[in-house]
Amino acid sequence: MTRGVAAALLLVASPAVAQLAVRGETVYTMAGPPVRDGVVLVRDGRIEKVGTGIAVPSGWRELRARVVTPGLVDAHTVVGLAGYLNQPHDQDQLEPSAPVQPELRAIDAYNPEERLVAWVRGFGVTTIHSGHGPGAVVSGETLIAKTRGGTVEEAVIVPAAMVAATLGAGAKAEEGKSPGTRAKAVALLRAELVKAREHLAKKESAEEGKEPERSLRLEALGAVLRGERPLLVTVNRANDIVTSLRVAEEFGLRLVLDGAAEAYLVTDRIKAAGVPVIVHPTMARDFGERENLSRETLGVLRRAGIPVALQSGFESYVPKTRVVLFEAAAAATYGLPFEDALAAVTIDAARVLGIDGRVGSLAPGKDGDLALYDGDPFDWRSHCVATVIEGEVVSEGNY
Amino acid sequence: MRKIPILVPAVALAGSLALAQEAPLALVGARVVPIAGPEIERGVLVVHRGKVVAVGAEGAVEIPGGAARREVAGKVLMPGLVDTHSHVGSVEGADASAPIQPEVRALDSIDVLDPRIQKARAGGITTVNVMPGSGHLVSGQTVYLKLRPGRTIEDLLVPHPDTGLLGGLKMANGTNSRKKPPFPGTRAKSAALVREQYVKAQEYRRKLAGEDEKKRPARDLGLDALVEALDGRRMVHHHTHRHDDVLTVLRLRKEFGFRVVLHHVSEAWKVAGEIAAAGVPCSLILVDSPGGKLEAKDLLWRSAPALEEAGALVGFHTDDPITDSRVFLRAAGLAVRAGMSREKALAGLTQAGATMLDLGDRVGSLAPGKDADFVLLSGDPLDYRTRVLETWVEGEKVFDLSRETDRLYAVGGYGAGRGQPSVPHACLDHEDAEEGR
Repeated sequence: MTRGVAAALLLVASPAVAQLAVRGETVYTMAGPPVRDGVVLVRDGRIEKVGTGIAVPSGWRELRARVVTPGLVDAHTVVGLAGYLNQPHDQDQLEPSAPVQPELRAIDAYNPEERLVAWVRGFGVTTIHSGHGPGAVVSGETLIAKTRGGTVEEAVIVPAAMVAATLGAGAKAEEGKSPGTRAKAVALLRAELVKAREHLAKKESAEEGKEPERSLRLEALGAVLRGERPLLVTVNRANDIVTSLRVAEEFGLRLVLDGAAEAYLVTDRIKAAGVPVIVHPTMARDFGERENLSRETLGVLRRAGIPVALQSGFESYVPKTRVVLFEAAAAATYGLPFEDALAAVTIDAARVLGIDGRVGSLAPGKDGDLALYDGDPFDWRSHCVATVIEGEVVSEGNY
Repeated sequence: MRKIPILVPAVALAGSLALAQEAPLALVGARVVPIAGPEIERGVLVVHRGKVVAVGAEGAVEIPGGAARREVAGKVLMPGLVDTHSHVGSVEGADASAPIQPEVRALDSIDVLDPRIQKARAGGITTVNVMPGSGHLVSGQTVYLKLRPGRTIEDLLVPHPDTGLLGGLKMANGTNSRKKPPFPGTRAKSAALVREQYVKAQEYRRKLAGEDEKKRPARDLGLDALVEALDGRRMVHHHTHRHDDVLTVLRLRKEFGFRVVLHHVSEAWKVAGEIAAAGVPCSLILVDSPGGKLEAKDLLWRSAPALEEAGALVGFHTDDPITDSRVFLRAAGLAVRAGMSREKALAGLTQAGATMLDLGDRVGSLAPGKDADFVLLSGDPLDYRTRVLETWVEGEKVFDLSRETDRLYAVGGYGAGRGQPSVPHACLDHEDAEEGR
């Protein structure tokens, strides 16, 4: 694996992007039925053609694999902020000094060269929605990045994707600090949203030169109130899920539910609200607020017509991150059809993140992001043999 | 030395065995992965009174008259899985008062009705070494359990046939046991404290063997356990991650002669030759990514093939809740991904673990005379689509995916976090108990 990482770093450093043709015995485009003996042409970083019997122009680099899929999309992670050593110096996913800090920007913390970014890239993950994690009422912004290394500017495709919030027991501060209860956490959130709404109103109605004093915090929440970005609420218990829906309705927010262990109890409410769910990892530990999680939830919500995606989530110990490829495989273990599970880490994830115009499926005009496997991608024994981001081979080996 | 009384479990066990399996049961047509020999494409497994009576190819095995015959074609049978390192049952061990507490017994803390124990059954686990944590140099005595359908810890114990001992001794080095005094602050201090205590145990043992009864030392429960380790009767199960910490364990083992299984062994791939040369078995954990703490920064799956190649005995463990007991089969899949052979990877889930617990004569493979501990799988054990359909311990079905209560623990859902009396339960499983096996 070390070899693969080294090769990937070299390639990232190289500015020249070769034109690339990828051949797969089976190509899951996620934009139609799987293509047998398919070819994907990637020109200047974008997909030019997908299909069978496509001639590969001479001089193009050619890769072959048993199975080719779109580069995987991890709909929620903290990779790049929560470092693999798990020491105070590399943990940037949560600032505990105050319960509401939407002004914390993920781009100021994301480390594209973090080892876990390379780790997930090795398994075919090309796009991650990462950033501030759960654990505070509002912990900060998230971003969407490609898993290439380099600088944050080179990696990021959406610098401010969502504002991350937590409700339920996860929102409670340490003992002696506020919020100490669920209701207090919601009260704090509502109070801040009210302030932000008033701030917005004043700003919009103010005469020139008489605008209210700037507030980074209220501006960040204002973007949520204006619908520019969703509020991502990490929540597990059914009553807390319903509370999230209530707050979202009150303020007219775009809501994305995250985790949602007990979502299967309130499927109708979620469906009626038109809210997407980024479901907890299939193999997530079923403790505390997640004690009632079901490994069939992804399928249950999907069948109900709720937009869903899968995530690697946040891990506070060993392993420091999960890999969405394995979580999707586990969803398939528990009965989700193969292509539905694959969709949860490709096109469906891209849709929930609002980036399906660019990634998540193999179609002309989309980014040339691909994952190549030497067998069924979900088989524990298969390997990801290459990962491609915008036509660049960013990882090669036997992951 | 000083066997722990085991009368109660013996009685309970006899009762439950009498209840089950008056007639032999023949499972016919499955692919059988006996571990003890080559895989059998269409096989037969005959069990009776809690033991395996016969295993072999269909047609080559005589099915006893009066046996209940069950067709299981298209499915796979393999031995019940052996988890060499788990924390199911809300186990506790030593407290914060001292770094070395060998007198503390895991068995005094375990709740056998804890849902994680039923989840372990749902994962196909039939034998498990339940351990105290790794925050101490010695955190207590571990306990080996067979996941029989019991209500009390005694129902699940597996006393060693020769020593009567009920488990091993949990030790740890590296970072987890480094804390404020009286805990060690450095690696060398950790080793010094352990060394000092084992020397004390050697002295204690010498004095106990003295002829003058009056000069014998007062009984010390902690030293008793260390003497059992020194005598090779109590296996040391040693948490260790970094390559140099691994070598420290090997050094202490050489010095004091205890028998040891290395656990986790994240950096085994760096010192596989040394481990193999010492003849010390390794129980590995394979997790989704390296890191999470400093000493796991190079935890890579390649340890499995590296140790196999070097000739060391390799098993796996869940360390539940670090990995979930219900996905234990995946450990073997990931080991194969990293280059381990299928044969050794499957043995790592079963026979190798049994050997590490000194239970290899009873569990870990399907052969005549072995305990009737087995799992019925929907497909190949390394296939991600495979489900554990049934788990059997000593001829009794302790998990059945088709039963609603069991399914809850297997899949999760509302109430899966709460404990319930383990199956079979007269109220829950009346029909099942009647259908015969």
